[in-house]
Amino acid sequence: MSDFTSDFWPYFISAIVIGGIVFCLTLLLATSKSHDPAHTGESTGHVYDEDIIEMNNPMPRWWMWMFIITCVFGAIYLFLFPGLGTYTGKLGWTALKQYEQEVKETNDRIAPIYAKFTSMSGEEVAQDPKAMAIGERLFMNNCSQCHGSDAHGSRGFPNLTDTDWLHGGAHETIKETITNGRNGMMPPMAAAVGGPEDVKNVAHYVLSLSNSEHEASRAALGKEKFVACAACHGPDGKGNQAIGAPNLTDDTWLHGAGEAAIIHRINNGLNNKMPAQGSRLTPEQIHVLAAYVWRFSNAK
Amino acid sequence: MSTQKSTSKKTIPIVNDPAQPVTRSLYEPHQKIYPRNISGLYKNWRWVMIWITQIVFYGVPWLQWGERQAVLLDIGTHRFYIFGLVLYPQDLIYLVVILIIAALALFLFTAVAGRLWCGFACPQSVYTKIFLWVERQVEGDRAARLRLDASKLTRNKLLKKMLKHSIWISFSVWTGFTFLGYFAPIRDLMQSILQLHLSPWETFWICFYGFATYGNAGFLREQICKHMCPYARFQSAMFDNDTLIVTYDEERGEPRSGRSRKVDAKQSGLGDCIDCNFCVQVCPTGIDIRNGLQYECISCGLCVDACNSIMDKMEYPRGLIRFSTQNALTHHWSQEQVVKKVLRPRVLIYTGLLLLMSAGLVYSLVTRVPFKVDVIRDRGVMSRIVAGGKVENVYQMQITNASEQVETFKISVSGIEGLSLASAKEFTVNAAESRMVAVSLQIADGSIKSGSHPVIFEIVANGSNERLFEKSIFYMSR
Repeated sequence: MSDFTSDFWPYFISAIVIGGIVFCLTLLLATSKSHDPAHTGESTGHVYDEDIIEMNNPMPRWWMWMFIITCVFGAIYLFLFPGLGTYTGKLGWTALKQYEQEVKETNDRIAPIYAKFTSMSGEEVAQDPKAMAIGERLFMNNCSQCHGSDAHGSRGFPNLTDTDWLHGGAHETIKETITNGRNGMMPPMAAAVGGPEDVKNVAHYVLSLSNSEHEASRAALGKEKFVACAACHGPDGKGNQAIGAPNLTDDTWLHGAGEAAIIHRINNGLNNKMPAQGSRLTPEQIHVLAAYVWRFSNAK
Repeated sequence: MSTQKSTSKKTIPIVNDPAQPVTRSLYEPHQKIYPRNISGLYKNWRWVMIWITQIVFYGVPWLQWGERQAVLLDIGTHRFYIFGLVLYPQDLIYLVVILIIAALALFLFTAVAGRLWCGFACPQSVYTKIFLWVERQVEGDRAARLRLDASKLTRNKLLKKMLKHSIWISFSVWTGFTFLGYFAPIRDLMQSILQLHLSPWETFWICFYGFATYGNAGFLREQICKHMCPYARFQSAMFDNDTLIVTYDEERGEPRSGRSRKVDAKQSGLGDCIDCNFCVQVCPTGIDIRNGLQYECISCGLCVDACNSIMDKMEYPRGLIRFSTQNALTHHWSQEQVVKKVLRPRVLIYTGLLLLMSAGLVYSLVTRVPFKVDVIRDRGVMSRIVAGGKVENVYQMQITNASEQVETFKISVSGIEGLSLASAKEFTVNAAESRMVAVSLQIADGSIKSGSHPVIFEIVANGSNERLFEKSIFYMSR
């Protein structure tokens, strides 16, 4: 409800509103009598600018009644709806309630469409052109802001079209990801690895895993320090989808490729977040959307 | 009349003492007007206009165009179907231009011939006329109606009134139904009525417009024109001394007086007006045109018909009341001189603007491309390096297919040497649907300097071979 700063203002506003209606009625009744002797259609005797004569052409009586009815309508409205300060109205109408009502009506209307898709498996939904059209719109409106309109992602935002998944690419897993979000957390590892030189060596070892440009001597030194990393990324650096640890042996560099980027990562760690969409999208929508995303990496 | 006794008192009228102030209400009870029937040229023109406007109004919703209603203003889905044309909210400009054309046409007609719209084409007058016709068929002409309304309630009177109102109401409901048929498919609406499951809103709107017709044409009638209508006010402001208006030729008519047909008016010093009040009785707004031009006059010309029929009976020349102009009356101009004055600057300017606007509307409708494209560069992705040492930008392209067939759109891009389209080159969009697709552009890294570069997308519809160009920006990272 409206948040007034003191108890005075609601009364202030109410007085103006009610006073306005009363004033209009008083004015109407006070001015509805004329003391002019002129009959209808005659001149009132008032002449302006030498030749403009005021005639007495009264309004029809129903016109005055319409004015009164308007005032009565205003009174009824103010009784039923909010309008007088903090008074909420007899009907309890609020814009928020109306909005929620309209959302509910729309959801009820589209529920049968989604119900059909929910009964299908993700793979089946991905084959349904109508579902994919819905998925396309959902993706464009809710996901493309971060992952890009073509879902190829960018730095810090995973590419959804390749087969390299941080948490797994099964339809159910994608649903889980969209609903609850993900938190890619890597602690700063510099202390566990050792000094700056050790960090550099480990970085070169990581580069060697994917056959990127590296110094073999440094990589060899870094190999034994990699034990600290293996807890999450696995002894072979192939990552771990259970905890969302990236695969270090492929060519995908979500947070930047090259020596400097890796050293920065080891020193500073990372906290990357995919926000949960469960409160914004319905489970039925997520079911369709996940199938749409799944289809990117599982070509038709 | 009951037989009166000779002992009835004679009443002495009370004369107001001018020294005593009189208090009068500024509002008066409405005096009902009983227009008398009349036949003649302008009456016939009015009926011609009624037939034309009403055949269009009641007929158009029933026309089919292929699988759909020919004219349907579908507010729910934001599509206006007008025969072969489908308009979208983005086409608002056409509505604006049509309204401008309508306004200019009103200015033009008014400057030339006064409140022509009011007298001959306005729905208010047209429906009032139709309702009056019904009233006359049931209750008789003016004198009979006056007698009927003044008489006590008899079975006969009740039957007549009930018959009149039931015809009025059924006609009004049909009007409301037709009006709604422009916004909801009229055949489905008919089905819903026959099966008695109209939605509450449909019922409401039919009743609403039905009631508006019944109230306006049955009861309010000329009061709308006199007290409510804004057009009436500003049309009056567009008159000048060369505007054709209904005029009473005072010089010829006065002094008015009744006379026998044998009397030679010239010799006895009488004017041609025989003071029969026929012109007052036929007037739908209840004015006396012999008092000069009044704001209530809607230029319907019925008093012209009335007066001419009397002049014919009296064997006087026609045209004591006629369509003429203020200047023509004061300067005694002939019809030719009046017609010559029609082509004055004001009229020519209105006509010029009207033709210009209409030509513009026709041209833009003919050259209208039946699809719309919007391109927005992805905000989340500035530019990215992809395999093969290329820099890529991503765009969201919204293609709206405004035609009624499935259409395939070919996309190409120009603006930078070596720029290529890395995504699909063709997209299919269903009839009257809109689709958002991702488009990506690539260029070899380092081939252009960093910063923004304008690019132009060209979108060609395969079916109609019509094209649109859409500007955007390619961003090259450092």
